[in-house]
Amino acid sequence: MKSQISIENVSKVFGRHKALNNVSLEIKEGEIFALLGPNGAGKTTLISAICGLCRQSSGNIKVNNFDTLTHYKETRNQIGLVPQELPLDGFESVYNSCQFSRGLFGLKDSRDHIEKILKTLSLFDKRDEQIFGLSGGMKRRLLIAKALAHEPKILFLDEPTAGVDVSLRRDIWRLIEDQKKMGVTIILTTHYIEEAEQLADRVGIINSGEIILVKEKTALMSEFSKKTTFIRLSKKLKNPSFMKKNKKISLTENGMTLKLVGINNKSNELQSIVNLLSQNGIAFTEINTVDNSLEDIFLDLVET
Amino acid sequence: MNIQAAITIYKFEMARFRRTIFQSLVAPIITTSLYFVVFGAAIGSKIETINGVSYGSFIVPGLIMLYLMTESINNAAFGIYFPKFVGSIFEVLSAPVSSLEATIGYVGAAASKSTIIGLMIFLTSNLFVTHDIKYPLVMAIFIILTAITFSLFGFIIGIWAQNWEKLSIIPTLLVTPLVFLGGSFYSIDMLPDFWQKVSLLNPVFYLISGFRWSFFGISEIPIALSIVAILSFMAICLAVIAIIFKTGYRLRT
Repeated sequence: MKSQISIENVSKVFGRHKALNNVSLEIKEGEIFALLGPNGAGKTTLISAICGLCRQSSGNIKVNNFDTLTHYKETRNQIGLVPQELPLDGFESVYNSCQFSRGLFGLKDSRDHIEKILKTLSLFDKRDEQIFGLSGGMKRRLLIAKALAHEPKILFLDEPTAGVDVSLRRDIWRLIEDQKKMGVTIILTTHYIEEAEQLADRVGIINSGEIILVKEKTALMSEFSKKTTFIRLSKKLKNPSFMKKNKKISLTENGMTLKLVGINNKSNELQSIVNLLSQNGIAFTEINTVDNSLEDIFLDLVET
Repeated sequence: MNIQAAITIYKFEMARFRRTIFQSLVAPIITTSLYFVVFGAAIGSKIETINGVSYGSFIVPGLIMLYLMTESINNAAFGIYFPKFVGSIFEVLSAPVSSLEATIGYVGAAASKSTIIGLMIFLTSNLFVTHDIKYPLVMAIFIILTAITFSLFGFIIGIWAQNWEKLSIIPTLLVTPLVFLGGSFYSIDMLPDFWQKVSLLNPVFYLISGFRWSFFGISEIPIALSIVAILSFMAICLAVIAIIFKTGYRLRT
């Protein structure tokens, strides 16, 4: 896949605060790229710089080889943006608001296209209502509809499912997957790691204005994968001596479960621990092993 | 050029005007009627004529200018401030819309609204006084130039303002006094010498005087000076807007 967005050594300084610090990143055509990071990491600033809402202090951003500063019309024409907040003119009707978004991109009214999007987002029945009357979830969907009104090639979703219920979140995920099938490149920022795990092809992690990692999601999960094994004991334990020698082992659930983190299967570590339990006369009722999630990997990377 | 974007912004703003048509048109008409009752009938009856024009007719150009200027400023300032306030300005800023296209859309709509209001006031004045317009083409040019220029000024105020108080402070504390002291309701010939000279420092005086000339063919100053004054102010506003968009002042971070 060819690179669609190219970010080279971009920094953004607000007074003394460096919101972006020499960020370089390539977004590939047709992929879903999840940008993860804690609050204030620089996710929204990076998106704003690409979309033209703020100007980088240094560095270059290109969208399909067009510079975002010198050829802003060409770059912005390709981009749809769903912002994090719900910035809407509440007095306008749903349909007219979408029509306004489309018109800004130089396109004439297309009732068919806008109605199709409104139907997809379950907003068709509300098309003539004022935005003030919509629920928070509907406003969130309307922002997506507005971003799609001009049929963008690249869609930025800045925390699109923040504050929406589980059912709507699934609907939005489905819509994102449909857009990907249509060839749209999607850049997603989210606090819900499950969302990135579910949707993303690649994951980038940003912290304190710096990109600390970019990887294929599957490669990331396999590289940083750590298994956690839970051994349910038949009776309560209190700091047995063998635990003090092994930092991977801890007691949870009030001494009723042993938690083993990062056990190496190849060296038969689990077998050794089971043997150790038998030697010490400790019986167990259940062994359960789980892979760590993207959330665990994210927390490990951000906290280190 | 993205003409469609300018048309879209224009239509969107005019739709807002239509939604509030009662407030937008009826309020100025009622207030104008009150001005005619108070100044035209009550006070005007004590003043026979000014330079051969009845007082009721004399104040018509001043009243139209008063509304044209204040409504142009208010409409343009609100037009750009409101999307900034609710955050929806992000759409315009992230769209392929140049500063010229955005300005045409917002300022064009504000100027159209104030021109409509100005014409409504002119029609209302015909209910109270009768007058012929000596130079209707000059009158139309003055109305259009004033509406556009003060809408540009209001657009700057709307971008500059960071809260509702700032949005109204310049129209209230600067523009309205300048309009009232610029000869809306009197000829500066009626003032003592000192205040006549002070009035010459008021830029609004030149506009009202020129506009009045288009009605009656009489003016305290040459008409060319009035046109130069309005064109100069327009040029200043355009230059300021160009700088705002170039630097992203209070629009882009």
